[in-house]
Amino acid sequence: MPAVEATTPTVRKTALNAVHRQMGAKMVEFNGWDMPVEYPSSGGIIAEHMAVRTGVGIFDVSHMGDIRLAGPKALAAVQHISMNDASRLAVGQAQYSALLYPQGTFVDDVIVHRLGEDDYLLVINAGTREKDFNWVRDNTRQFDCKVEHLSDDYTQIAIQGPKGVQLLQKLTDADLAAVKFYWVTRGTVCGLKNILIARTGYTAEDGFEIYVPSDEATSVRVWKEVLEAGKEYGVLACGLGARNTLRLEGKLPLYGHEISDTINVWEAGLDRFIKVDKPDFIGKAALEKAKAAALKKTLVGLEMIERGIARDGYKVLDDTGAEIGYVTSGSPAPFLKKNIALAYVPSKHADLGSVVKVDIRGQGVKAQVVPTPFYKRPKKV
Amino acid sequence: MPYPADLKYTKEHEWIKVDGSSATIGITDYAQDSLGDIVFVDLPKTGSEITAGKTFGTVESVKAVSDLYAPASGTVTDVNGDLATAPEKINKDANHTWMVKVTLKTPGELNNLLSAADYEKFVSEEGGH
Repeated sequence: MPAVEATTPTVRKTALNAVHRQMGAKMVEFNGWDMPVEYPSSGGIIAEHMAVRTGVGIFDVSHMGDIRLAGPKALAAVQHISMNDASRLAVGQAQYSALLYPQGTFVDDVIVHRLGEDDYLLVINAGTREKDFNWVRDNTRQFDCKVEHLSDDYTQIAIQGPKGVQLLQKLTDADLAAVKFYWVTRGTVCGLKNILIARTGYTAEDGFEIYVPSDEATSVRVWKEVLEAGKEYGVLACGLGARNTLRLEGKLPLYGHEISDTINVWEAGLDRFIKVDKPDFIGKAALEKAKAAALKKTLVGLEMIERGIARDGYKVLDDTGAEIGYVTSGSPAPFLKKNIALAYVPSKHADLGSVVKVDIRGQGVKAQVVPTPFYKRPKKV
Repeated sequence: MPYPADLKYTKEHEWIKVDGSSATIGITDYAQDSLGDIVFVDLPKTGSEITAGKTFGTVESVKAVSDLYAPASGTVTDVNGDLATAPEKINKDANHTWMVKVTLKTPGELNNLLSAADYEKFVSEEGGH
């Protein structure tokens, strides 16, 4: 087996970096950030994944970015750059959306939170922080609204899983039962006043994300208090490895994989997050045109039916061995106990039940198109 | 020491246990620890040839695929069938979980390998635990 490479010295660190290392986390470079991929003390990726599905797991997601738009024309500004309809948001409500290029492809996906009357927070990907901020600033100059890059101001901790609400309730005076999924509130958390608490996440489970001040002392104290409060629920610290397997089971897109600047909204299957009947937004015209034309490719879910694991970038073949597409994300699914993948294939191969092959190191291994999401969390009775 | 003295080792973290003209091959505890949970092992069929220093299969964790490098050349006589359904056995006891058995072609090749003491030193220099 080849030697392990050291990370380069120019990577960025979150305020919790030292704590992850103290906990013995295996670290990896992700989009310019030195992040935990798994914690041997948690039992590793599979244990972390299962904790989120059955109990609670916590993640340091401070590498994500935050852009605030506030002012008299903040809504108009958001509507101009975002494909979903932010005018439907009540104060305290959030929605999944995307920022699009004029050709209808993705700048990034985003969660838009309405924090106040004319106050919106966009939470964006780690690897696209600067690109997104520049894009938002440059495309909203015509609106009376302030655009602020707040990414470095917050340590963002995700508390995910069916027991997440019980864990967090121990640490806050906010009434979490009153916060519906994809809504936010503010409250005192770990003694800190006016903390943003969002019932959002990237795991396809119930859970919360809290945004605390990013100074190291506060960040470390909160992380440790969350772990302590979660002990009775079997809380585990979770890294990017489990974050990826969890979001994959839930068919949540990852920028650079299912969505990118060369993929449009229809191909990615994100129709329900775009509102073409809202007033003009960047990308609308191109998407209306693209909708009329036939889809060149479409995103499907695959389940391996012969022995093998499909991984990011592997080619998808038809039964003659001809290349017809590629895997955007592929991995074992720890909860489902299957090997799954998302892939772009031509529409004629996209029917449920279609059998294709994945080129795994020169061998064509059979996979079947299956419904997505692969996993849906059980509804509360 | 965590690395049995009766085995020889490669810098790619495979071990080999020699028994006359045949040998058993596996991966070390350091390897399984670096990989994390092993979910898939791809091994050659019996009768196939493996060549010292060249890849003879792969071992996969949730996140990654890792090549297996042959410590010595030979013909595969037996493959551990348990690993098709229970690859996690390697995580539980890498030093004693064999992957393939071979009839050695060139026993002299074994002199190129590391002793347990040399391997342990190599691993600690690599920044291992």
